[in-house]
Amino acid sequence: MSDLKFTDRIDLRLRINDIDTHLEAIDARTSLLDLLREHVGLTGAKKGCNHGECGACTVLLDGRRVNGCLVLAAAVDGREVVTVEGLSDGEQLHPVQRAFIDCDAFQCGFCTPGQVISAVACIAEGHTTDEHEIREWMSGNICRCSSYPQIVEAVQAAAASENERIPS
Amino acid sequence: MIPLTYARATTLDEALDAAHDPGTAVLAGGTELLNWLRLGITDADRVVDISRVPGLDRIEPLPGGGLRIGTLVRLNDVAAHPSVARDWPVLRMAIHKSASAQLRNLATIGANLLQKTRCAYFRSEEPVPCNRRVPGSGCAAREGHDDRHALFGWTDDCIATQPSDPAVALAALDAHVVTRTATGGRRIAVTEFHVLPADGVDRDTVLEPGELVEAIELDAPAPCSAYVKVRERESYEYAIVSAAVALRLRDDGVIDSARIALGSVAMRPWRLAEAERRVVGLAPDDDAVTSAIEAALAQARPVAGSAYKLAIARGAARRALMTAAGVRP
Ligand SMILES: Cc1cc2nc3c(=O)[nH]c(=O)nc-3n(C[C@H](O)[C@H](O)[C@H](O)COP(=O)(O)OP(=O)(O)OC[C@H]3O[C@@H](n4cnc5c(N)ncnc54)[C@H](O)[C@@H]3O)c2cc1C
Ligand code: SF4
Ligand code: FES
Ligand code: FES
Repeated sequence: MSDLKFTDRIDLRLRINDIDTHLEAIDARTSLLDLLREHVGLTGAKKGCNHGECGACTVLLDGRRVNGCLVLAAAVDGREVVTVEGLSDGEQLHPVQRAFIDCDAFQCGFCTPGQVISAVACIAEGHTTDEHEIREWMSGNICRCSSYPQIVEAVQAAAASENERIPS
Repeated sequence: MIPLTYARATTLDEALDAAHDPGTAVLAGGTELLNWLRLGITDADRVVDISRVPGLDRIEPLPGGGLRIGTLVRLNDVAAHPSVARDWPVLRMAIHKSASAQLRNLATIGANLLQKTRCAYFRSEEPVPCNRRVPGSGCAAREGHDDRHALFGWTDDCIATQPSDPAVALAALDAHVVTRTATGGRRIAVTEFHVLPADGVDRDTVLEPGELVEAIELDAPAPCSAYVKVRERESYEYAIVSAAVALRLRDDGVIDSARIALGSVAMRPWRLAEAERRVVGLAPDDDAVTSAIEAALAQARPVAGSAYKLAIARGAARRALMTAAGVRP
């Protein structure tokens, strides 16, 4: 047997939405998504498929979008997580959230938190040259209500307002 | 999911030591492993996390113009690397057509080759006959839906296909997998890395227990290369068939050498050796190119439902070859 110490309960320190969070004795099987929803009480990230297929669980991990359902919480100890709850500045919505409202980019809203996080990342990555590129880089988020045209519009609008804010 | 214990390796030796113990699964990005644990595809009850082992997440040039990509490099980071973009476009294209942006931020290049078949029976949540899941239980696909299944190299035991996109690009690049064991390591050609059903449905690759992937090595640059993936929807979907082509062209544009691999047609990327031989000396826009590909595909042995894939394979291989040559397909 190897010398590494294997444990079934793990203490974790994560920075979640700018708050240092200490969690004790977490079951080793816990996914990042379940950790956020069930232990931290952040229910913005949704559990759709739990298999990496729908994108409803998308969060930012060290600034990059990932599927929370496929991340083992134990493996991301010490990392930084941003969920949809962490985007707004008090009552002030994030420009992407604003754009989703303005463009009516949701119907049932279940996929929306993942879409919004993914859109924030998609814009930061610079994958918003045209509608085709937005569709390609947003394709990891499935919307059963098929709000895709409005979502693309919202991403375009938010990307444009982002560019306005950055003087060239 | 059955109860698990977890430990994080801080060195490769620690990881090798732990990985050797039966019942231990290695965790890199986790995008496959977590699904296997949930579906009962693995019965591992210990997870050794290698994701922070230093040195495995680097991309470094090799003497002679090659590139060494550490196993832990995330797919999006492989594709974004300037050398990959310039010298191995086929790999960049294959990665950008893999999974989704958020999965590619987790998925590591080494473990991508270790992903298991997407045969729906193999991934079933309900028990169904599947020799890969339960040895000797039979093959539900043989009597059921077999339209996503093999064209080459299958047996009655299993007609599944290997679904990785990067593997097909790497096969066309004659890339190697570099491994480490407690006592050494080896360099395995990607074309020899996956195991066909005839050599056993109880394993997917030639990796031995406790053997870890350390890096992927690319040799000489292949700037004239391209990847074509045909699937049921435009994005975020596995291939019905894919094709990777790497060419060397003479100054007059005639093909000097070609490497052509198909994906999702067998349990390994499938090189079309006969087409590779026949296209030498042809102009890439020649009808003879199509005939060469057709000649190679004549050796295919589709299962009942997969015959339609032949036409797709022909088109994908031709289109990849034209794109690699810089000719509009
Ligand atoms: C919804 C979905 C869609 C996808 N679509 C595509 C697609 O279109 N194309 C495509 O190519 N792929 C696709 N994938 C597969 C994905 O790319 C792979 O799951 C991923 O590359 C595996 O990397 P990982 O680091 O997450 O693996 P992990 O889950 O961490 O590891 C998988 C297995 O590999 C082994 N392992 C990991 N690292 C090592 C190592 N260094 N040495 C030895 N063994 C190791 C472990 O045994 C582990 O069990 C998709 C996956 C999902 C979930
Ligand atoms: S094709 Fe292979 S993986 Fe699919 S059911 Fe048959 S034995 Fe299992
Ligand atoms: S819940 Fe994570 S991708 Fe569907
Ligand atoms: S708004 Fe309902 S699933 Fe997207």
